[in-house]
Amino acid sequence: MATVDIHAHPPVPHHDDHEHEHEHHHGNFWTNYIFSQDHKVIAKQYLITGIIWALIGGTLSVLFRLQLGFPDADLSWLRPLLGGWIVIDPATQVGKLDTEFYLALVTMHGTIMVFFVLTAGLSGTFSNFLIPLQIGARDMASGFMNMLSYWFFFLSSAIMFTSLFISTGPAGGGWTIYPPLSALPQAISGSGLGMTLWLVAMVFFIVSTLLGGVNYITTVINLRTQGMSFSRLPLTIWAFFFTAIIGLLSFPVLFGAALMLVFDRSFGTSFYLSDIYIAGEALAHEGGSPILFQHLFWFLGHPEVYIVLLPALGISSEIIATNSRKPIFGYKAMIGSMLFIAILSFVVWAHHMFVTGMNPFLGSIFTLLTLIIAVPSAVKIFNYVTTLWKGNIVFTPAMLFSIGLVSFFLTGGITGIFLGNSAVDIQLHDTYFVVAHFHLVMGSASFFGMLAGVYHWFPKMFGRMMDDRLGKIHFWLTFIGVYLVFFPMHYIGIAGFPRRYYSWTNFETFGGFTDLNMLVSVAAIATLSAQFIFLFNFFYSIFRGRLAPANPWNSTTLEWTTPRFPGHGNWIGEIPSVYRWPYDYSKPGAKEDFIPQTIPYSETPESNFPHENELIKLEMSNGSTIVVEERKDHGHH
Amino acid sequence: MTLIIGLGVVLVLAILYLIFRIGNLVGLVKAKTQEEEDASNGLHGYFFMFFTAGGLLLFFWYSIKYWDSYVKPVASKHGAITDHLFWITMAIVVISFVIISIVMFWFTFKYRYDKNRKAEFFPDNHYLELTWTIVPAIVLTLLIFKGLSSWNDITSPAKPDAEVIEVIGQQFAWTARYPGVKDNELGVFNFKLIDATNEFGLDLTDKNAYDDFKSLELHLPPHKEILLKIRAKDVLHSVFLPHFRVKMDAVPGMQTHFKFEVTKSTSEMRAETGNPNFNYEMACTEICGKGHFSMKFPVFVHDTEEDYEKWKASQESWLKQNPDYLKFVPANLREAALIKSGLPMDQAVTTTSVSLN
Repeated sequence: MATVDIHAHPPVPHHDDHEHEHEHHHGNFWTNYIFSQDHKVIAKQYLITGIIWALIGGTLSVLFRLQLGFPDADLSWLRPLLGGWIVIDPATQVGKLDTEFYLALVTMHGTIMVFFVLTAGLSGTFSNFLIPLQIGARDMASGFMNMLSYWFFFLSSAIMFTSLFISTGPAGGGWTIYPPLSALPQAISGSGLGMTLWLVAMVFFIVSTLLGGVNYITTVINLRTQGMSFSRLPLTIWAFFFTAIIGLLSFPVLFGAALMLVFDRSFGTSFYLSDIYIAGEALAHEGGSPILFQHLFWFLGHPEVYIVLLPALGISSEIIATNSRKPIFGYKAMIGSMLFIAILSFVVWAHHMFVTGMNPFLGSIFTLLTLIIAVPSAVKIFNYVTTLWKGNIVFTPAMLFSIGLVSFFLTGGITGIFLGNSAVDIQLHDTYFVVAHFHLVMGSASFFGMLAGVYHWFPKMFGRMMDDRLGKIHFWLTFIGVYLVFFPMHYIGIAGFPRRYYSWTNFETFGGFTDLNMLVSVAAIATLSAQFIFLFNFFYSIFRGRLAPANPWNSTTLEWTTPRFPGHGNWIGEIPSVYRWPYDYSKPGAKEDFIPQTIPYSETPESNFPHENELIKLEMSNGSTIVVEERKDHGHH
Repeated sequence: MTLIIGLGVVLVLAILYLIFRIGNLVGLVKAKTQEEEDASNGLHGYFFMFFTAGGLLLFFWYSIKYWDSYVKPVASKHGAITDHLFWITMAIVVISFVIISIVMFWFTFKYRYDKNRKAEFFPDNHYLELTWTIVPAIVLTLLIFKGLSSWNDITSPAKPDAEVIEVIGQQFAWTARYPGVKDNELGVFNFKLIDATNEFGLDLTDKNAYDDFKSLELHLPPHKEILLKIRAKDVLHSVFLPHFRVKMDAVPGMQTHFKFEVTKSTSEMRAETGNPNFNYEMACTEICGKGHFSMKFPVFVHDTEEDYEKWKASQESWLKQNPDYLKFVPANLREAALIKSGLPMDQAVTTTSVSLN
């Protein structure tokens, strides 16, 4: 049998190394849980690190929301936590947030959420976890590089975390770290050691992302199991694949930008600096351009939006199809739109720079290209909605979060039509309208994608189920909370309120909206609090959750054919072969409302379409059916 | 006190945990029937409907009731055009948002799980997909064309007779420099010449610099094209004139500019808003340090151009305010400097020339 099988699957490596799984059990604690090369363990490491970062990032946002929502409140009770960053007025004894620390909070919130939570925590977790499991591979192409990827991320995290506690404060020039502000410690104290640590941390972060990305791409191209052609890949894998390619092409540019900033800061070069008079002296820098940095930064920064968003869209495609009990509508259009978005994401960056002094002609070009990106995005939304149409919708927590994602993607996405149009952007640029836009479309949508993914694949990650009711309560509190936080910001933004303001009371023009700002802050606190329900559910269920059935959501994809607690190597025995696409839900004539990818057409004559009957011959000729029989034998033992 | 609060929190958490455990155990003992499962599943369909209805009601109610608080009156020529485009976009966006939201949440309600129904196998439909690719593409094309034509007008070069005013950003204040009534040209500057007094870095070998004057309030003429020349001394700043729909970064080492025409004077705006204390303001919209939020620059729009010219004529030149700097004026330009700056002629006797380097 075995020899027949080898001939049947010549291109797939590791296919019959039965010894492979046994290796795992001989490892010790360090090799199994800390320096593990198992993609599943690395995924969980990413996830848990990401969750910790999300808590930190969320807490920072609540701190600055306290200032914005309750500008007159006495914050001296925060002194045990923030120490000298709460400045006590000697006359009134009222404690206020330090204005420079306010900017540091805003900066670190952005940095943490964009890079450490939504890039590493989302893409790192699910690319690692799902790519081998869903394409039918024993592990990543290079388990060692994968391990390095996590540990570079850990190192980066440790440095960034340290920067929160230094006396001059963490970086405070905004998460976009535009020079000269980020280059000159005279300009803001966060640009001293805090900025140095920020840059060093980001360099390691980029190394981590690249190590991960190379692995994801190689694995998807080379390690797909027998029958898993590109046209049979689940949309999650397509999304991770595009994400990794975008990251691989754009992150090195940020690396270069950061390196030049390091040179400007420490070695007297003038890449970004020119004509500066600060703190009573004219600096020697001449000939540099701050605009250059912005171009380089956004050349990563914009694709970064899609690095964050595409995995979430992939995850929600999978979950919405599964729980609507319907094939995803327009599978090919979904791939096409993701490809189109991935390509366009590289040629829209300067829409962040319409009013930075960039040549207005460039502004025209980027308006055109930016608004084009709305078309594939619209296609995606319509396809999601049509997938729900005439479905048979099961509201698992994962499904609820995925529907929430589509709602955020819609609400936040359409405001991009204002901002992408340069003439309209003049007024809206750097106001709360922008804050509302990107928090909904990229922040909240991606965050919901991450939560949906956790709820959906938790049974595969930990072999146990999360509590359904707590998950649903968590969803409703978070869904309503997020809308209450970000929807009112549109009004504040249309009224022209600039972002990154400690207070608006200096201006008559920006008077009012104290009530709305208070509402936003209260909603932010409530939303953050609701996340503790998730935390409890997550950690409780790891140890005490109900044991998971083999295929809890009646899903078609490969990961559900592994044992409850898959070891290193994922499958005991052969890696299953794939015979069909991943969306055979509610196929007419089929006995069940789903047909897993591992079921050959020869076994489902009742539901095959005519062209699928043709494929049966192919299944026979390449010997795949023999594998099926063998698997049945295993069942009898 | 803190102890009591702490104990209270622990107690509440413990109770919540107990409720959760009991609920779990009861759930285990009393397994739900399929009907109960379906009913509790269907509940979320209802929730989504309530959410949509409630959310949209709130959205429209607030948008209508508080219209005046978030819609800022517009007082510039191009601002009226971009506002128009903004509201056209808003109409398109709100209509699509409302329709898609209702349809989506209606589907979640209508197609909630029913064990007696089977979902429809509907993997694709090229006509549908083509429709919702082409329709948004056409709508966006229209918006792009309208947007680009306004953008090109706004960013086209200013007329030669436009009123040129320079605005300079620094941590954490704005200053304005006017070209002066004698030559109506801004003098050359150099950042290396900046000091505590010469905050513009005026190069006094340039004769256009002598009548330039400084203002701590931005005075503007109505109904005349204005060309703001913008620069920054230290870090990035951004000029934001909310009522004129003007925004442009101030960049160290690179002068930027924005041209616009104000349509309403300060007093006209006071009448229009019914607020006798109304004032135009300029703000900074590029993060620039701890005082970012305090970079307010008062703006005053005169009732007529003549009034504006009169104000300009009444201002003292920078050189007149700082006669010490006469020593940096080359000897052969000394007389021109005295005339242009409005300094008395005998000032020249007391000053000896100092080389700039």
